Amino acid sequence: MTDTRQRSFEDNDQKPMGFGRMLRKEDPRFVRGRGRYTDDVQLPGMLHLAILRSPFAHARIVSVDTSAAAALPEVKAVITGADLAGLGLAWMPTLSGDVQAVLATDKVRFQGQEVAFVVATDRYVARDALELIDVEYDVLDPVIDVRQALAEGAPLIRDDLDGKTDNHCFDWETGDAGATAAVFAKADVVVSQDLVYPRVHPAPMETCGSVADFDPVEGRLKLWSTTQAPHAHRTLYAMVAGIPEHKIQVISPDLGGGFGNKVPIYPGYVCSIVGSIVTGKPVKWMEDRSENLISTGFARDYIMRGEIAATRDGKILAIRTNVLADHGAFNGTAAPVKYPAGFFGVFTGSYDIEAAYCSMTAVYTNKAPGGVAYACSFRITEAVYLVERIVDCLAYELDMDPAALRLKNFIQPDQFPYMSKTGWEYDSGDYEPTMRLAMELAGYDELRKEQAEKRTRGELMGIGISFFTEAVGAGPRKHMDILGLGMADGCELRVHPTGKAVVRLSVQTQGQGHETTFAQIIAEEIGIAPADIDVVHGDTDNTPFGLGTYGSRSTPVSGAAAALVARKVRDKARLIASSMLEVSVADLEWEKGSFHVKGDPGTAVTIQDIAMRAHGAGDLPEGLEGGLEAQICYNPSNLTYPHGAYICVVDVDPGTAVVKVRRFIAVDDCGTRINPMIIEGQVHGGLTDGVGMALMEMISFDEDGNCLGASLMDYLIPTALEVPDWETGFTVTPSPHHPIGAKGVGESATVGSPPAIVNAVVDALKPYGVRHADMPLTPSRVWDAMRGTAQPPI
Amino acid sequence: MQVPAPFEYARATTVDEAVALMGRFGDTARLIAGGHSLLPMMKLRLANFDYLIDINDLHGELGFIAVEPGVVRIGALTRHRELLDSAELAGVFPIFRDAERVIADPVVRNRGTLGGSLCQADPSEDLSAVCTTLDASCVIRGPLGTRTVSMAEFHRGPYETAVADGEILTEVRFPVRERGGSAYAKVERRAGDWAVVSAGSAVWLDDGGRIADARVGLAAVGPNTTGIPEISATLRGEEPSEQVFTRAGEIAARSCEPATDQRGSAEYKRHLAAELTVRTLRTAVARAARGEA
Ligand SMILES: Cc1cc2nc3c(=O)[nH]c(=O)nc-3n(C[C@H](O)[C@H](O)[C@H](O)COP(=O)(O)OP(=O)(O)OC[C@H]3O[C@@H](n4cnc5c(N)ncnc54)[C@H](O)[C@@H]3O)c2cc1C
Repeated sequence: MTDTRQRSFEDNDQKPMGFGRMLRKEDPRFVRGRGRYTDDVQLPGMLHLAILRSPFAHARIVSVDTSAAAALPEVKAVITGADLAGLGLAWMPTLSGDVQAVLATDKVRFQGQEVAFVVATDRYVARDALELIDVEYDVLDPVIDVRQALAEGAPLIRDDLDGKTDNHCFDWETGDAGATAAVFAKADVVVSQDLVYPRVHPAPMETCGSVADFDPVEGRLKLWSTTQAPHAHRTLYAMVAGIPEHKIQVISPDLGGGFGNKVPIYPGYVCSIVGSIVTGKPVKWMEDRSENLISTGFARDYIMRGEIAATRDGKILAIRTNVLADHGAFNGTAAPVKYPAGFFGVFTGSYDIEAAYCSMTAVYTNKAPGGVAYACSFRITEAVYLVERIVDCLAYELDMDPAALRLKNFIQPDQFPYMSKTGWEYDSGDYEPTMRLAMELAGYDELRKEQAEKRTRGELMGIGISFFTEAVGAGPRKHMDILGLGMADGCELRVHPTGKAVVRLSVQTQGQGHETTFAQIIAEEIGIAPADIDVVHGDTDNTPFGLGTYGSRSTPVSGAAAALVARKVRDKARLIASSMLEVSVADLEWEKGSFHVKGDPGTAVTIQDIAMRAHGAGDLPEGLEGGLEAQICYNPSNLTYPHGAYICVVDVDPGTAVVKVRRFIAVDDCGTRINPMIIEGQVHGGLTDGVGMALMEMISFDEDGNCLGASLMDYLIPTALEVPDWETGFTVTPSPHHPIGAKGVGESATVGSPPAIVNAVVDALKPYGVRHADMPLTPSRVWDAMRGTAQPPI
Repeated sequence: MQVPAPFEYARATTVDEAVALMGRFGDTARLIAGGHSLLPMMKLRLANFDYLIDINDLHGELGFIAVEPGVVRIGALTRHRELLDSAELAGVFPIFRDAERVIADPVVRNRGTLGGSLCQADPSEDLSAVCTTLDASCVIRGPLGTRTVSMAEFHRGPYETAVADGEILTEVRFPVRERGGSAYAKVERRAGDWAVVSAGSAVWLDDGGRIADARVGLAAVGPNTTGIPEISATLRGEEPSEQVFTRAGEIAARSCEPATDQRGSAEYKRHLAAELTVRTLRTAVARAARGEA
């Protein structure tokens, strides 16, 4: 199946009663400038907070003199790390169970680290006052080169941790080392390749910020903040700040993008709370672009060695990898506790192999903390890049077509559910049709012909393939928790007397279109039109508990919750219908939106009739309470495993080494498709991200630890001019354990596209004998690759 | 939101008033034209000034493109977008349109000016390379009157120009010669990014189709955008050919002083200097031969 590529406003008039293409319900508010973001929150008497940040990557704080700043009449408070230490708030837990300084007390450990903050009557004075704070630093040698972090005599970063004597963060392994070694030993062909996935940044259009309003009389805290996980944040604030959880309300209003950047709790949020408690006034903190880029959650920063073993005719036998992971100054990775490397364990990809093994060492460096962010499905981005690059290296060595090599090694449909060699149970998949469709849309054979012909003329054209399988929708809660909070999500549905409804979610949209998708799920299940269903999210006082939106988990987890809660309501509606129609439940037939008597479609009651009866004065069946509502907490039994086949075509200018992405074909299989337009939108965005990472994005540092990507002039993100007209298609392999068969899709394209682009560029450079080139493939780096002088970017 | 340090602001209504204000405040003041170089630096607090003197109201006086016999005069406040849109200018100097297509983005081009570009004296500034290529001269007005300096004298180093405190660049003049052609090419990491390297070429042919004169200007490969006299000397009197262009490219590569940075290695930039010199010379000659200017 392929999409017809037409777009028409008639789509919207069709108003599907359930799944199908419709324009997004939230868009009128956004396109008319009526979105309400954290920075739009204005409260009477509100003060403004600005944060003083470290100019150094590693330095001891000798003294902090705030007197000149505090003397300004407009300044209401100046708070330092020492002040917070007095309140027991100088340190806070990270989402990975490490600790992170809210404000530095002893040392600064990365450039941009929070040192002090000012609260003033407006944001200009607050910013100016920062210049009046005098901090004396004793500058220390920084650890910037990740390969040197564990070297003898490397400066110790985390001397705050008891007994810590080196920069080691954690070790982790998965798979079977012995069995893998045995397979490698007997294999005809072994290919190994060093790969770097550079540090990148999600760079959402809206930076992070919060407005804290602490009511000293009630002891109540109301916090508007840019968070993808309002409930988890509330629980953590209760643990850190000592304010009882029932007295904290976290509101995540409209978000201007998140991509994982808004999962962690940042010191700024905590500072705004402290600022409000100290001044007794509402306090707003909004970071600027540079602050966002230098201090908030980065992503990737993996140095990987990939090894692949195969037979001479291209049967892949085993994959092995060793990873050196840069976690920055604090381990601020947002990943389930038992998965310190996220879901990197799915690095065996879509292939049926005999053995696999991964060993990983994570280290601390004097760089910003973070690690899981940027639409990566908990490190699957790195895993997919590893496997899809190394498979291409194998194709290169075997002189085999990369499409044929993949087709030869796919897990077969009858092998699902498939237990991978690293212990992941792939729920469902049918890979070959997806791959074949992508090849057909691309005109793969013609492209290869064109390429061969161009090569005779010295023109550089490349075709790159990536075939990915993702694992998204964390939990189950038994295996997956963040700081003890199980990864499950609640959902509440209430049908009003007139048959309109409100559904309340624990997840929080950042642009994914939840207000539309979730209304469509409910509509599909109970036959109330999406327009008649209000979707409430992002406010802890008004939604059930759950872990939030990241790792493409909203549809797999909350989407399931929404379907099931709707079925619960429908079950109750059925009882009411049976009494209204005076037939037994068994004699009723459900047709989207109404029950009728079997064999007598004319004798029917609609869901609206039933809602009125549920709330009305008339009789209800014995023992049934009034009202028509239900609540659920959904604990997924497994992750969902979407897959996709991506093909990228590039042209490289042999004279300048400039890469032009000419075409990109993306065939996604995310199971049941709720709103194809929203899915395509997510895919388009993710593919654009992929172009950015493959060709230009990288947060780099100089040897002193200065961040060289502190503005969008220096940290490049792609524009419309770098991307082609996306060509999308789809196949549908429903998830067997998800109530509507849906799988996550939000991150698929970000995860799957970088290897396709890199593979295409490397393929274009084949006449130069190039087998690998690291991202970002800027013209200069491509030119180096052409001349055989390429160096890893870090 | 990035917040600059406090400053005071005045809007000049005439060039004389701007000169007077600049004279009064000296080096604590800066003119603001399009603001697209100045404001980003102020927001990052890399540059702090006590006074900004806004000259945007002088667009009537300083925003013009005058194509006259033997000379093109362009006012300092002429916006990138006006340079891009002017068919008359492209008719004489197609290099302007080539360059403007790859400078920044439409939002920046709507405000950024020729004068601001030259006075910013950023070594990567594309219009500086264009002006160098075309052998422009700059008209500077100050309390003591008006003086004219050549492009070679105008830039004194990165971010330094011949414009003294209390002076204002009012106009840039370009000599127009017979049978000329010009072109510009830029390699960037992404649309709207500053040049990794860019090159402009201008060529004038004699009646026999030989190169009567040629100039090449490079950006982003040295402290200022550079014109390379050796290329001019080498090309003069030659029959245009790939070999000749290649020789010019080699001179370009060895005459520049690129530095390795995030945009690319010095070696790569040298390579580009050669490659883009060849490409722009090729186009410029073709345009001259076709009489397209
Ligand atoms: C996102 C972005 C991308 C960009 N990309 C490019 C690019 O690819 N290539 C490129 O060449 N440029 C690029 N620029 C710069 C752009 O062209 C600027 O507009 C230009 O550099 C400065 O012009 P301006 O009128 O904005 O100057 P302003 O910022 O107003 O002023 C710059 C300096 O010149 C001084 N000045 C201005 N006018 C005069 C005058 N008449 N007399 C004396 N001094 C004066 C000012 O005092 C100031 O010091 C980019 C800018 C941005 C923001």
